Amino acid sequence: MAYSEKVMEHYTNPRNVGTLNKDSKSVGTGLVGAPECGDVMRLQIEVDDNNVITDAKFKTFGCGSAIASSSLATEWLKGKTIDEALTIDNMDIVEELALPPVKIHCSVLAEDAIKSAINDYRVKNGLEAFELAKSHH
Amino acid sequence: MELPIYLDNNATTPLDPRVLEAMLPYFTTKFGNAASRNHPFGWVAEEGVDYAREQVAKLIGCTEKEIIFTSGATEADNLGIKGVFEMYSEKGNHIITATTEHKAVLDTCKHLEKQGARVTYLKVKEDGLIDLAELEAAMTPETILVTIMYGNNEIGVVQPVKEIAAIAHKHGALFFTDATQAVGKIPVNVIEDGIDLMAFSAHKMYGPKGVGALYVRRKNPRVKVTSQMDGGGHERGMRSGTLNVPGIVGLGKACELCRLEMDEEAKRLSALRDKLEAALTTMEESYVNGNTQHRLPHVANISFKYVEGEGLMMAMKDLAVSSGSACTSASLEPSYVLKSLGLSDDLAHSSIRFGLGRFTTEEEVDYAIENTKKAVNHLRDLSPLWEMFKDGIDLSKIEWAEH
Repeated sequence: MAYSEKVMEHYTNPRNVGTLNKDSKSVGTGLVGAPECGDVMRLQIEVDDNNVITDAKFKTFGCGSAIASSSLATEWLKGKTIDEALTIDNMDIVEELALPPVKIHCSVLAEDAIKSAINDYRVKNGLEAFELAKSHH
Repeated sequence: MELPIYLDNNATTPLDPRVLEAMLPYFTTKFGNAASRNHPFGWVAEEGVDYAREQVAKLIGCTEKEIIFTSGATEADNLGIKGVFEMYSEKGNHIITATTEHKAVLDTCKHLEKQGARVTYLKVKEDGLIDLAELEAAMTPETILVTIMYGNNEIGVVQPVKEIAAIAHKHGALFFTDATQAVGKIPVNVIEDGIDLMAFSAHKMYGPKGVGALYVRRKNPRVKVTSQMDGGGHERGMRSGTLNVPGIVGLGKACELCRLEMDEEAKRLSALRDKLEAALTTMEESYVNGNTQHRLPHVANISFKYVEGEGLMMAMKDLAVSSGSACTSASLEPSYVLKSLGLSDDLAHSSIRFGLGRFTTEEEVDYAIENTKKAVNHLRDLSPLWEMFKDGIDLSKIEWAEH
């Protein structure tokens, strides 16, 4: 199966690879997936006082589509408010990267990672966690 | 050196130009039907087939009459196993196989279960070999067939075929082996090994796709199979259908070349394989899968922990290899063969199979080593699991969200 150009591009030049200080109050960390399933994503956001995401980093264990999905997610997150970030839908990622049906779970994982990072940030800052939809895969 | 480099010779091999040369006349001038008995066109085709039969027989140590040409190993597996089950149904209905067999064998056994067969699937040991004591214990008076592959397609381990055959025979059962990966690569002799039926294919040994053979023993004992393809009664009634003359001629030539060059080639390939394996296992957390003593000369299956196989293959973009990761399949299940060895799912997802072949050069292997190392390091830089491992976090203690 051939990968789309956009997947190849993100895979070859992944954006925002790295680690933020997970103990910082301004950082939210989402760790989703499982090694047994062949994909694990860690997505981190740094949020300022105005609820704006100033930085985002990821590391992903998985196939090229999983890596590209998380790379794209970090790109989209930067500069968005938390509320805006919550509107990112996995299908947006599918569309942008032209993922085939067997790779849709990669985009779902990326959406889960975003939500899970936001919740981590909220809980750290004394806010209630959002109810997360059960994993679709 | 041309890129990409082909290191997937367990999937298929390129046609040897000498094989192609032998085949070509049989497409054009010698196009006759080998079953046409009444004119020279048929005779010429038949001669080609007869000669090929000799070449094949010589490679595996049998007589020409014991070779049935098929469309490939899958068909030979089906014909051998189903054919024995039907022919010997009065004697019993029990078949013994192993969990690491090729799907052509496993799914044939599953099919027979629906027809009333009782099938025992032997587990393998950590190194991929079956436990002979377990085989012995599984034998019953109803056991008609033991079917264990010669060399494994994913990890290359070579089963103790002689010993398996002896156990089967001691209990009055026949021994079938899928030798697709072994014939032409290592010495396989049906007499010395005690094989009653054997399937193999041309395209794994530098012959064409779409042709293979089933060996069926004719003496001590005389083995019979019911045909699975009805028609004109070709191949002594066991496999009807006009013979694929160019393909058969190609299989014959491929067998001849393997017979003449196998010793040298195996030596050269195992040296290259060892070089590749030694270089790649100097990397941290990389492991060879399967027994490293009893195995084919040209396969290395290595798990690179904390990177995912499909992602890794994408980074090894100038190398054509394959992975035990099944990320592309809808099931998301990693290789059942690697799981049978007791490998955890994550290590199975992290495996790469390197399959060297006749046309693999040392320069290509050197390139593959550097390219793979670079790719593994690149992906580990991207891997949260690698970072956690480096931070001393025990990954097995984390509650992963199974999905």
